[in-house]
Amino acid sequence: MSDVKKFMFVNRKAPYGTIYALESLEVVLITAAFDQDVSLMFTDDGVYQLKKGQQTKGIETKNFSPTYRALEGYDVEKLYVDQESLDERGLTEDDLLVDVTVLSRAEVGALMDEQDVILSF
Amino acid sequence: MKLGIVVNEGPYQRQASDSAYLFAKAAIEAGHEVWRVFFYHDGVNNASKLTEPPQDDRNIVNRWSKLAEEHKVDLVVCVAAALRRGIREENLATGFRISGLGQLVEAGTKSDRLVTFGD
Amino acid sequence: MLHIINRSPLSDRALENCLNTASGGDILLIEDAVYAATAGNAFEARLRAAMGKFKINVLRPDLEARGLADRLVEGAAFVDYAGFVELVVANKTCQSWL
Repeated sequence: MSDVKKFMFVNRKAPYGTIYALESLEVVLITAAFDQDVSLMFTDDGVYQLKKGQQTKGIETKNFSPTYRALEGYDVEKLYVDQESLDERGLTEDDLLVDVTVLSRAEVGALMDEQDVILSF
Repeated sequence: MKLGIVVNEGPYQRQASDSAYLFAKAAIEAGHEVWRVFFYHDGVNNASKLTEPPQDDRNIVNRWSKLAEEHKVDLVVCVAAALRRGIREENLATGFRISGLGQLVEAGTKSDRLVTFGD
Repeated sequence: MLHIINRSPLSDRALENCLNTASGGDILLIEDAVYAATAGNAFEARLRAAMGKFKINVLRPDLEARGLADRLVEGAAFVDYAGFVELVVANKTCQSWL
């Protein structure tokens, strides 16, 4: 595809309670496969998607959290997390299963302004 | 202007599909082109021709079909999301087609604006 | 940028997060988010405080449907679906805070 745009995926929802996080990840992978400039933003309950140590056997649901670690292989390297959302949930960067850039809300807002397409599910 | 729309919720349970439809209609009336509506997540249920609301209610599925027919709107249903939820060629309403997520990416790259309706 | 919110601020953080995060621009309240722009609700002061930074637009048909069109908070503007389309066209990008 010749036209490359900056796509940002804004994740505000926790995993498992609803399917949004899982199906959104599928869009992220396809968008990267179409050679677009992809970034992921995790804010509000969306930060729970990146929590280490997810064990889903007891709910008979696929644990899709390892996919976040595989994103690098698809050239998706821009993962951002909202500091305030981590703080509100008693989490720190050490709780997350993948390397991210932690940003203040003002920095998140500035990054959003740079995008061509913002998708949220 | 060339507009794309994403619908993430099914009909009736949430207002998203109604809002998306009314937005699409207003955009077309204002002279804009709504070239594609992409249905994802439970939004794929908007494409079921088995839908049968009570007679005094709006028919959300037929409304989309009619919009597609009258204004050449490309109604695309995500294949993976559709198969998960039992939407197949055999129960697909008129004007909808099943395709891959690449069509959503294309809606992003080729539209002047992409508007998402969900919940 | 146009920020579209569809949830009541009394049950979801979307509007609060948007007000704290976004650098400014247009906000359009649709569906259950229209309750944010009614006089006397617990979020009113927060919304009013954001009015210098954001232009608050409210989808009139949604507020009418909910029986509160006569209580639009001062400083917010009504739009119909045609106005919704105009807001989308006028802004380079739009973001739905889902």
